[in-house]
Amino acid sequence: MLRKYLDKIKPNFEPGGKLHAFHSVFDGMETFLYTPRSTSSSGVHIHDSIDSKRVMIIVVLALIPSLIFGMYNTGYQNFIASGISDYTMWQALAYGFLAILPRIIVTYAVGLGIEFIVAQWRGEEIQEGFLVTGILVPMICPIETPIWMLAVATAFSVIFVKEVFGGTGYNVFNVALVTRAFLFFAYPAQMSGDKAFIASEPICGLGGYISDGFSGATPLGLIANGTTDFINQAGSTWNAFLGLIPGSFGETSTLCILIGAALLLITGIASWRIMLSVFVGGLVMGWIANTFQTPLYPASSLSPIDQLVYGGFAFAAVFMATDPVTAARTGLGKYIYGFLVGVIAILIRVYNNGYPEGAMLAVLLMNAFAPLIDYCVVQANINRRMRRLKAKA
Amino acid sequence: MAEKISNKSVLLNPFSKNNPVIVQVLGICSVLAVTAKLEPAIVMGISVIAVLAFSNVIISLIRSTIPTNIRIIVQLVVVAGLVVIVDQLLKAYTYDVSKQLSVFIGLIITNCILMGRLEAFAMANKPWPSFLDGIGNGAGYALILIIVGFFRELLGSGSLLGYQVVPQWCYEHGYVNNGLMILPPMALIVVACIIWIHRLVNKDLQED
Repeated sequence: MLRKYLDKIKPNFEPGGKLHAFHSVFDGMETFLYTPRSTSSSGVHIHDSIDSKRVMIIVVLALIPSLIFGMYNTGYQNFIASGISDYTMWQALAYGFLAILPRIIVTYAVGLGIEFIVAQWRGEEIQEGFLVTGILVPMICPIETPIWMLAVATAFSVIFVKEVFGGTGYNVFNVALVTRAFLFFAYPAQMSGDKAFIASEPICGLGGYISDGFSGATPLGLIANGTTDFINQAGSTWNAFLGLIPGSFGETSTLCILIGAALLLITGIASWRIMLSVFVGGLVMGWIANTFQTPLYPASSLSPIDQLVYGGFAFAAVFMATDPVTAARTGLGKYIYGFLVGVIAILIRVYNNGYPEGAMLAVLLMNAFAPLIDYCVVQANINRRMRRLKAKA
Repeated sequence: MAEKISNKSVLLNPFSKNNPVIVQVLGICSVLAVTAKLEPAIVMGISVIAVLAFSNVIISLIRSTIPTNIRIIVQLVVVAGLVVIVDQLLKAYTYDVSKQLSVFIGLIITNCILMGRLEAFAMANKPWPSFLDGIGNGAGYALILIIVGFFRELLGSGSLLGYQVVPQWCYEHGYVNNGLMILPPMALIVVACIIWIHRLVNKDLQED
């Protein structure tokens, strides 16, 4: 039915049609809803007939477990903080759904709005890159981030990180992470501390107000302030693995992130090299920090496993570091890139008390170095082959 | 002597077509450093205009007597002398601003715009065009400084020249100043936006 409708209105958007000016909007909607008929089907560089819209959809699917868990956790944290004890799982889910929905809508509206305008202006097709970014942005921000800040930050990073460099596929830095970095540096009071991570007001009669004295600091925030006793409590690692802890919306549950990771790996969309080496890097650096732990840097008392399950590390490893546009592209380069992301994330987390979490900055930093790593790997390869050639001759 | 240019274009070109900051991309460091607030940006702009105009005149007056192989040293001495005078004047009359500008008044000496104008213009032209050239380039620089300072103070601190301009009403309804605007990276991005708009208007400056 939808297909028929699209076919019916299509002539309006063909060259010469009265709505030709909006053809890229139509194109975007049509290929979003149906597999385009013009998918590349031959050529040496084609692996299969999947196109970037399908890739993006699968990444969004992989994010769904974390998204649903984030909704539940948002409700759960609010109910605990406001002292409500008789709630059902569905109430918690509904609360979280209502809390996150306006954020997702606003992010998509702003980001897609800018993409549509730029595409019309340049007379290009609408690119689908924002499909994933739009869902990532609300998921990596604290739930109490004011919505207008999300809008400003999204607009900033879509314009200055993506469109200025030429649109989807040309960006040097991960757009979602730049959005978060912008928020983090521009509005530090709203993005960290003990008030940002727990929804504080009832929505549509669900949930309750939390009292001013309540502290909803994240585990890493607590550790940065020197509170470390809860680490040794029984089950704290398990709780952090499941994700029933305060934190940014989508990153608390390592379990759900791993489910998403499995989907990405089975479909072959994310690079297992990067994912693996980020975790290895995190473990190695966590182990080093743990071996040389000092009271000066409280986060060094976390065990290497704890380092991986707390904070945004797992989320960054699975969904941020593997972004095919901004990551390294050569095989060896992926190992180097991923390993350094893991090492730097823990390095910042442990040895810089100003930033309780380092995964965001680590990925952004390595984004900048990815082309250099690739260049070195390719040059090394060329040199090796040259030598082989000379040895034969 | 180079081709004859009218005094008017000597004075007015640096404002837009040949702006030292957004076309020649000189003096960027001081744009990053002194534009977090509008007031130091204005004072810095005026200081550069004064130093540039008078050093241009002085160098132009003695241009035929400067031995070629030590001309850079002579230029530096002239600029340094003027900068010290400006620095002392600021300390005497606007002590607070001079505190905010700290070393950057002293660093006018190393500002590429000055060396550029002295080498490229004052060494080859008469005092009066040199004076106009100094005023023009200084003003072109000050113009960019003031635009950047305006946006950074407005968005970063919600004030202009120290007076709050964002109404209290906005803060009560959740508006928050953008802390990133105070940090130097945003100065680069604001300058980039100015260049972007400027190139859109002046299509002949666009490069492929």
